Amino acid sequence: MLENIDLELTRGSFVALLGPSGCGKSTLLRFISGLATPSQGSIELTPLSSRPSAGSAIAFVFQDAQLLPWRSVLDNVALPLELAGVDRNSARERARKPLADVELSDVLDRYPDQLSGGMRMRVSIARALVTEPELLLLDEPFAALDELTRQRLDERLRALWLARKMTVVFVTHALAEAAYLADRALVMSRRPGKIVLDHALALPELRTQDLRTSAAFVDQTAILYRALRAHGGFDDSQVGEPP
Amino acid sequence: MSDRAAETAWSKVAPPLFTLVCAVALWESAVRALHVPAFLVPPPSAVLSAAWAERASLAASLLTTAEGALSGFLLSVVLGSLVGLIFSLSRWLERGLYPYALFLQTVPIVAVAPLLVLWFGPGLRAVSVSAFIVSVFPIIANTLAGLRSVDPRLDDLFRLYGAKLGDTVLKLRLPSAVPSMATGFKVASGLAVIGAIVGEFVAGFSEGNAGLGITVLAAYRQLRTDLLFAAVLLASLLGLSLFALVSGLSSLLLRRLRAEW
Repeated sequence: MLENIDLELTRGSFVALLGPSGCGKSTLLRFISGLATPSQGSIELTPLSSRPSAGSAIAFVFQDAQLLPWRSVLDNVALPLELAGVDRNSARERARKPLADVELSDVLDRYPDQLSGGMRMRVSIARALVTEPELLLLDEPFAALDELTRQRLDERLRALWLARKMTVVFVTHALAEAAYLADRALVMSRRPGKIVLDHALALPELRTQDLRTSAAFVDQTAILYRALRAHGGFDDSQVGEPP
Repeated sequence: MSDRAAETAWSKVAPPLFTLVCAVALWESAVRALHVPAFLVPPPSAVLSAAWAERASLAASLLTTAEGALSGFLLSVVLGSLVGLIFSLSRWLERGLYPYALFLQTVPIVAVAPLLVLWFGPGLRAVSVSAFIVSVFPIIANTLAGLRSVDPRLDDLFRLYGAKLGDTVLKLRLPSAVPSMATGFKVASGLAVIGAIVGEFVAGFSEGNAGLGITVLAAYRQLRTDLLFAAVLLASLLGLSLFALVSGLSSLLLRRLRAEW
């Protein structure tokens, strides 16, 4: 499904991973996180530095928020620390900071079913940040949200990254989102997935709302679009065949 | 309670109440009009007056049966949940033992009851074990199904953070399993009363109080059909109340866990 992917992530970079549905973007992310191993072939990961503090070096934000419905917002964010052996009270204390970072300090005691989709996603991001990960993996986290909510979350994520400079890999199928968020965009082909474009985005570090309508932004998006179109569009040989 | 809530409650209670009143009236008038002998089908009024006349001994029997059913049910809850948990942790154990747990479900309890008397002696213990045997399997099966039904992506989350098995069980699998376990408990609560009555048929004679199963047998031998009806009615009411109690407790728990059901 995936072929010869050699991926070097510069520490502190923000990488967007684009590609058609089913090309193996999510699978690649699961390989990087160690949640899955290839059935054939091998994967070599250069290890991250070992960390003295409790918590995981890798954090994962899934497509849906994946919160525990029986835990309050604060307790959901404290969960990774609890699992790492931090006692409950200090875990809850440390969970306040990332929740403040995503502007959810006033809903700490609410439960997931009392939140909007965008708020749940912010809780999920706060949960990922609570261990101060070196590598943050996001798998189409905002795909289910409406366009404006998604843009606002993109802006917030970019600001959080600028403040912390952890390494981020962000899987998406939205061109504009990739161009707005990342410093480097990788475009994958349809199956078997290969990286067909590795592009450093020529955009200012500080991204404003106006950027989305600027000529430079449109140019950069167009580069991604052409690569995706060339390698990820319909495979005409398969049209008409059963899936 | 608001007017609206009162109205909804009434609209739930009124139809079955209406059915009950009609059925009782029909029963009473049919028995009288057709001159059915009272030892075949007594009219409701006779059942009620028999129940009132024997209220002291019926109440004692009810308590005895309740004790047997409840202790058997609690044993099922504890052991059934534990066995379900153990099965969920090891496919190997599950494959090796599940078919034999199924045996508990299929064994004809009436045929086994004499064995229980041999092993446990007549009285409460044999009755409890009978209630246990009949009610434990739905708990094992539902606990196992619940523990296995965890969202795989939440499982991923726990694996990503290197969760220990104990944490995964306590903080993810058990809370996820509660809705399914509650279903098992509800089914088991009704079955436990049936198991207790069957146990009493065979093992109920002992020093002290006789349960409702014994009352049924004794009333049958004396052709006291009115008393027999009263005892059967009480046994059903016991099953219903245990079911209602378990339903109430589990819906409280589910609301606390904010489970969808």
